[in-house]
Amino acid sequence: MSSSSNARKPSGLFRNLSAKIASVPMVLTALVVFVGGTAWTVLYSFTSSKLLPKTNFVGLDQYERLWSTRRWLISIENLAVYGFFSMIFTLVIGFTLAALLDRKIRGENVFRTIFLYPFALSFVVTGLAWQWILNPDLGVQSVVRSLGWESFTFNPLNDPDIVIYGILIAGLWQGTGLIMVIMLAGLRGIDEDIWKAARVDGIGTVKTYIRVIIPMMRPVFVTALVLIASGIIKIYDLVVAQTNGGPGIASEVPAKYVINYMFRAQNLGQGFAASTMMLVSVIVILIPWAYLEFGGKKRG
Amino acid sequence: MVDAVIPRGPKPRPRFSRTNIMLYGTLIVVAAYYALPLYVMIVTSLKGMPEIRIGNIFAPPVEVTYQPWVKAWSEACTGINCEGLSRGFWNSVQILIPSVILSIAIASVNGYALANWKFKGSEVFFTILIVGAFIPYQVMLYPLVIILREMGLYGNIWGLVLVHTIFGMPILTLLFRNYFTSVPEELFKAARVDGAGFWGIYFRIMLPMSLPIFVVAIILQVTGIWNDFLFGVIYTKPADYPMTVQLNNIVNSVQGVKEYNVNMAATLLTGLVPLIIYFASGKLFVRGIAAGAVKG
Repeated sequence: MSSSSNARKPSGLFRNLSAKIASVPMVLTALVVFVGGTAWTVLYSFTSSKLLPKTNFVGLDQYERLWSTRRWLISIENLAVYGFFSMIFTLVIGFTLAALLDRKIRGENVFRTIFLYPFALSFVVTGLAWQWILNPDLGVQSVVRSLGWESFTFNPLNDPDIVIYGILIAGLWQGTGLIMVIMLAGLRGIDEDIWKAARVDGIGTVKTYIRVIIPMMRPVFVTALVLIASGIIKIYDLVVAQTNGGPGIASEVPAKYVINYMFRAQNLGQGFAASTMMLVSVIVILIPWAYLEFGGKKRG
Repeated sequence: MVDAVIPRGPKPRPRFSRTNIMLYGTLIVVAAYYALPLYVMIVTSLKGMPEIRIGNIFAPPVEVTYQPWVKAWSEACTGINCEGLSRGFWNSVQILIPSVILSIAIASVNGYALANWKFKGSEVFFTILIVGAFIPYQVMLYPLVIILREMGLYGNIWGLVLVHTIFGMPILTLLFRNYFTSVPEELFKAARVDGAGFWGIYFRIMLPMSLPIFVVAIILQVTGIWNDFLFGVIYTKPADYPMTVQLNNIVNSVQGVKEYNVNMAATLLTGLVPLIIYFASGKLFVRGIAAGAVKG
């Protein structure tokens, strides 16, 4: 970590001064916003702050209230369902599309461009587009009915039991392209000789993918998993645009709960507690990952 | 498929083998599914309301009308305000330009310092920055409200510019740092011998060499900031709302009769900027989004 060749050695603080000045924004962001802001929010989640942040500490009251609020429990359940399916489908679809594109096909660029364009669109645009397609009176449901299947019912956005799957459809459409691109890059990094060896041994294509290629792509899958997971926890604008949490509170999600309590319901303490829970869930995901990625290397 | 006796070289594949038909068939069906929403948005935005009410959303317009686009741009209402999406568009432009310039300027210089001018503790701060990128924004939203309020920037466009600069910093710094690290060190040393300092090397050597990475950063930031909803809704006042927020307010407003054609025209208008960038930039866009993923 030596600084680049300096002839003179002025006093420590002023050495390399320009670089230090250039790093001031990073230092401020890292210390004040990321570390300071996080610590502040966690600290104030133990207070009874309402409209303004106050320092009357009430222990775990906010958390007790949080975990006994139906809206939060629904949010967590939705996040779990959305997260579980989003994780599985994004990985499966992303990998399958990448594998199909990797079969030396014609028009690869055209297909890749089509699979990836939804990712360029915002969640608001995605949510509104799918809100329209899933419109019960004029959308897919009515088209299928008009084709003669009168009893066809597919109205997820107005059915509290399945509304989260309606959001999942939109989320998958938007996000699978990204994972496909990452998987494709991973597949391109695999030695051609592996395929030749598999062919010599008479192993079929699908079997080669499952037995040989996927295990080799472990780091790529880990990256994809982290990306998907951090996207899932953030999910907010898609829900706001597509259902606004409705019908009723059936499609609420944690990020929306936080914003609602902090900026609409003027119950800051609840918002801080809920956002701290989001932070905890990220830590729970990140620590095993960091351990696997970096902990192993030090020992090995 | 007859087994040939020549084992060398890739096996030539007949054009209409069963595998090929399945392969292309699957790809075409999936591609149609991915393209469908864009198609539906376009045809809906070109139909009149009577045609939408009786017709099928997948049918092309019988009578093409551009009225919904005009209305979405200049007449659509949010509450009592009926100036259309154009206001949101110009707000977004006003937010976008300084945000992109500021965030890239700061992150590129920062990445350069981290790559070529390491100082005691620089790696520690960089690590905090990268780990911080995983913290849910919700945790830092309110502290930032307080910071912006203290600085007198809460509720105006410059506050939002600062927020975009802050949250763009981890990914952009990573992008630039990795790029500058790959620049041959001899070049840097030669410039040092010639007496060039921190800024001299940055402006005269690093900047001209790294235009592609700047383009990648610009693509990343323009699409990211244009598509932002969360920061826009929290850090600006309704008069300054970016296009995404205004779009949501127009389409999801409860008053009045739903005009799906106007809604879809408005949605397309909002998606147009990132779509144009996406289709025009091609591989660079892919490089931009993969940049964050490479480090894994």
